[in-house]
Amino acid sequence: MNPRLYSTIALALTAVALVAGCAPDDSSVKIGSASPLTGSQAHIGIDIRNGVQLAVEDLNAAGVEIGGKKVKFRLIAEDDEANPTKATTVAQKLADAKVAGVVGHFNSGASIPASRIYSDAGIPQISPSSTNPKYTQQGFKTTFRVVAHDDQQGPTLGRFAVEKLKARSIAVVDDSTAYGQGLADAFSATVKARGARIVAREHTTDKDTDFKAILTKIKGRRPDLVMFGGIDPQAGPMVRQMAELGIKARFIGGDGMQTPNFIKLAGASAEGVMASIPGLPKDQMPGGKEFMAKYKAKFNSEVELFAPMGYDAVMVFVDAMKRAGSTDPAKFLPEIGKTRYQGVIGPIAFDEKGDLRNGPITIYVVKGGKWEPLETVVPGAKPAPRAARKKK
Amino acid sequence: MDIFLQQLVNGLVLGSIYALVALGYTMVYGILGLINFAHGDIVMVGALVALSVAQALAGSGLPAPAVLFLALLAAILVCVALGVTIERAAYRPLRRAPRLAPLITAIGISILLQYSAALVWGKQYLSMPELFKPGAVVVAGAQVTDLQVFIFLLACAVMAGLLWFIKSSRVGRAMRATAQNPEVSGLMGVNIDRVIAFTFLLGSAVGAVAGVMIVLYYGIGHYFMGFMLGLKAFTAAVLGGIGNVAGAMLGGLLLGVIESLASGYIGDLTGGVLGSNYRDIFAFLVLILVLVFRPGGIMGEHSGERA
Repeated sequence: MNPRLYSTIALALTAVALVAGCAPDDSSVKIGSASPLTGSQAHIGIDIRNGVQLAVEDLNAAGVEIGGKKVKFRLIAEDDEANPTKATTVAQKLADAKVAGVVGHFNSGASIPASRIYSDAGIPQISPSSTNPKYTQQGFKTTFRVVAHDDQQGPTLGRFAVEKLKARSIAVVDDSTAYGQGLADAFSATVKARGARIVAREHTTDKDTDFKAILTKIKGRRPDLVMFGGIDPQAGPMVRQMAELGIKARFIGGDGMQTPNFIKLAGASAEGVMASIPGLPKDQMPGGKEFMAKYKAKFNSEVELFAPMGYDAVMVFVDAMKRAGSTDPAKFLPEIGKTRYQGVIGPIAFDEKGDLRNGPITIYVVKGGKWEPLETVVPGAKPAPRAARKKK
Repeated sequence: MDIFLQQLVNGLVLGSIYALVALGYTMVYGILGLINFAHGDIVMVGALVALSVAQALAGSGLPAPAVLFLALLAAILVCVALGVTIERAAYRPLRRAPRLAPLITAIGISILLQYSAALVWGKQYLSMPELFKPGAVVVAGAQVTDLQVFIFLLACAVMAGLLWFIKSSRVGRAMRATAQNPEVSGLMGVNIDRVIAFTFLLGSAVGAVAGVMIVLYYGIGHYFMGFMLGLKAFTAAVLGGIGNVAGAMLGGLLLGVIESLASGYIGDLTGGVLGSNYRDIFAFLVLILVLVFRPGGIMGEHSGERA
């Protein structure tokens, strides 16, 4: 309940500030945050917004000078409801508010349609979490992300499944979203190339909670591994229903289900489930320990997933502003591409498309009711010993 | 074959839940001619109440059956209170209004319930504590869990009880009389208002049982879960013949089995063009086909008046 309360208060305050008209400080630089603040993915979206808020407050407390002028920052947080249509509305709203940069969105399905609006308005966008490769492949100069994308995550997961788990027959399920399907497709291609068989390829939706029919079909194909591309509200019940149907196969998925919420939803069946997540384990991030303590003190809750990425995204904006000596997006946008920043999540640099260079990917396993890091892979830079052969 | 059997089992369990919810639609329709679109959301409230009670009591050391019983009791009480209040406050004043007015009111109540639930429980998915370790027996290759057997038997018991009640009890007779002709029943000394209130009470109680089954079975609850469930159960009621109590049961079971088999085999049948994510189209395809070819439903009379 608490984070929701905070979000309500924050939104209310934002609304009051806007309605009051006499904007608190016209010289303040607005940073937009766009993520789902309501709905089934709200816990993840609020986490991102909190990360952005923390960055803004830290910057204001420290005092920042850009081009010889003292600058204050202000957060404008919007709720895209994890809905592609709402995401474009929110994007237009942020563009109209003339934000200097946007941290968001959470979902690939939201980031992609919104990115056109930011691009037209010349506003740089850093997604803390959208992993669909298409997001940065649209030819926009304004799209960046601070996570590894599915063309890196999917194959990493696939290599892990075939080489470490020795999976030979695999069932693949996705939630029919840009994220889930993208991840599942990239995974499938890799495991097939490595000689494993896809024995079932099933789809559900991001609203369903009944997977008995799909799982029963999968059970008949006797896979030794089930891979799911999707988010925790589906992954949790799916794992639970798998146990009820007596499917003994192992279960693996992507970052969307690597959350404390997944373990709550899956109950005892969560044990042994694996999931990959772009980035280092929270407590292995260079600035992780400090960040988590700060977050806990401020919001009285644990970091869910992407708060550190949201935090760093703001810092990347400000870093670029400092180098350009301006808070005008037209001036500092070219500087973002040249970023060499040491953030909470580690070193941040972008390739020519705006993707994070050498974004590490960590695979976790549920042990004793908690996610424990199992293995970290850095695609490109330092490949796992046996995985050095091929990169898409 | 064992897979087919497993899908059949899944379908029967899903279907018995649909059937219980469909009963609420069909009883109210039989008597008032009103499609109570808020019924799915009453089931949702029952599910979430049970979930909250179970969450609160899960760590208390009470034995699991006691927790389940208390959760069920709380769900039934809340749903009954809700159902009767809604009838009294929202539908009774409109009883003589054109049919469209209560229908629109029902949709309004549905939305009201959804967003009230969102305020109380939040919009995130809630997890039901695992009360029972899933034990299972294997029947001819199909894995049947204790929970599935329990849900199916409980649903059958509730349905049988309800059928008996409507056929044989005094109140049941009054309900049937009111369904046939409210004015004349009123003249014969039946208290119409009480009979209608009782119908809502009965429907809500059965809906609460369905809600508890859902959270037990899927382990998850959500403020919006009543919407699709309501539409599916309504489809089941139409399939069986809306207004017909036995028809709702048959329609529910049939719809559950159709959906389960369809989502299990659609991928193979269409060569992978349509996946199991399209399973919802079957429920509504059934609805359309029934409305076109047999508007009275499987067990409905062809009176044209009630359908």
